[in-house]
Amino acid sequence: MRRDIFQAIADPTRRAILVLVALQAMTPNAIAEHFDITRQSISKHLRILSECDLLAQKQEGREIFYELKIDKMKEIDIWLDQFRKIVEERFQQLDQLLYTIKNKKK
Amino acid sequence: MNLLFDFTVDKATKTIHITREFAAGLDLVWDAFTKAEILDQWTAPKPLKIRTKEMDFREGGRWLYTMVSQENENPSRYSLVDFIEIHPKTDFLTRNCFADENGIQQGSGYSMVKNSFRPGPEKTTVQIEKKFDDLATLEMLVTLGYKEGTAAGLSNLDEYFSKLVAGK
Repeated sequence: MRRDIFQAIADPTRRAILVLVALQAMTPNAIAEHFDITRQSISKHLRILSECDLLAQKQEGREIFYELKIDKMKEIDIWLDQFRKIVEERFQQLDQLLYTIKNKKK
Repeated sequence: MNLLFDFTVDKATKTIHITREFAAGLDLVWDAFTKAEILDQWTAPKPLKIRTKEMDFREGGRWLYTMVSQENENPSRYSLVDFIEIHPKTDFLTRNCFADENGIQQGSGYSMVKNSFRPGPEKTTVQIEKKFDDLATLEMLVTLGYKEGTAAGLSNLDEYFSKLVAGK
């Protein structure tokens, strides 16, 4: 199942998990140690993040490590950057319009 | 003139903060943000045009508009802006969402937007605080806006300039 990436980062625990695994790949147990919630809910958060394609799993011996998939995180920033550009262009249009209106009044 | 433009995103609170200076007095800038005949001229990425269906700028009133292009004169998507609170020449608060042609909300996403105006000696500063109910709404808005915006190509300043020259 594929989920919405924005749903994934809307939750504070999931954002904290992303920050943790951004530093180094971690096992579910190591991640759980950082939070005061049940192992079960950590697993749920990890599952959601994986379904959103934000986390990758890699097997090392008997352990499973979670690591951040950087590209996916970049998508959000790209979207926001696009929005910034749209806003910037709209305001440049307004600049011109204000200039035109002011000149007409003179 | 150097005009400040600041755009920051707080993902945790799902809020976008925009500060922008305009080289005009408060009265004119206020009108540009609140009167349909001026809004229609600058809020759409070219070559799209805003077509206002309803505009009633008062608390409890609304602005219902759509974007049209030459290829698509019969749009299905409208934008609805409900005016929640208005303090004339100071600030106003709106609730924004997508709607059908009758102003019935489509989808569940919306944003709350507060526009504040601060007069200065030569410039007017506008602060916009846009809070999304859900980041997915932002994603949708950006994706739609981006498609429409890039289809329009580069910015249209040249056209404005040529209009200015021709009008003289």
